[in-house]
Amino acid sequence: MNAETIYYFMFYFTAAIAVFATLMMITRHNAVHALLYLIISSLSMAIIFYLLGAPFAAALEVIIYAGAVMILFVFVVMMLNLGHRSVEQEAAWMPAKGWIVPGILAAVLLIMLVAGLGESDNLRGVHLVGAKEVGIELFGPYLLVVELASFLLMAGLVGAFHLARRTTPTPQYGDKEASL
Amino acid sequence: MTDAVIIDHAFILAAILFCLGLAGVMVRRNLVFVLISLEVMLNAAGLGFIAAGSAWGQADGQIMFIAVVTLGAAEVAVGLGLTLLLFRRFNSVDIDQLNRLKG
Repeated sequence: MNAETIYYFMFYFTAAIAVFATLMMITRHNAVHALLYLIISSLSMAIIFYLLGAPFAAALEVIIYAGAVMILFVFVVMMLNLGHRSVEQEAAWMPAKGWIVPGILAAVLLIMLVAGLGESDNLRGVHLVGAKEVGIELFGPYLLVVELASFLLMAGLVGAFHLARRTTPTPQYGDKEASL
Repeated sequence: MTDAVIIDHAFILAAILFCLGLAGVMVRRNLVFVLISLEVMLNAAGLGFIAAGSAWGQADGQIMFIAVVTLGAAEVAVGLGLTLLLFRRFNSVDIDQLNRLKG
């Protein structure tokens, strides 16, 4: 087995794992199981980024998606503390009938996207773009993107803090309707 | 190792993952699962940027990926804050409860 065969094998194997994990993720009833499948999906995406010659993006994927975003989700699942009743509730919320129309819509979109992509003759092969080139571009011509990202993160921080702040005592507007 | 067919297949993988995430957004009623599916869709878009940047040998694709990741992080922080607010108001994470905002 030469290096090229191993490269192709890794790419398609990892792609299959990513698709499988995502498929399992959207069909789980338990939120923690879905999060675990999302971690697998993120890690396989990181390997695909590495194979596509983007090691910096692969590291970011592991650190931010499989690390920070996942911690946020786990934290919120713990705060909601839905317990066992949420699993039956999820099963009741997802009847097999409800999959038909979204499945058809997503399949049509997928067919259109794949047909639109087609075969590319002007694209070249995989190129390695290291962290150095990304850094030079990011803090050179794309400096405005860094500023916008800091604006966005600041707005997100303030917004999340304001929304999730607990006022005392918590008003329960939906008490009558909240009979699950 | 530098075969253009890999780039094509990376785009197809991005399309598949995007459509799976879209199906998840449409099917799910739990707001937490909707946000998870949205993360998958953003990740697929990032894969498209990475593949294009790799095909042209430019760093621009990875810079757009960083922008997408930043957007996803801010979106998920605000979205989970809204989820907590929804749970406190209605004692449920059912996204259909939100139609009571009307009228």
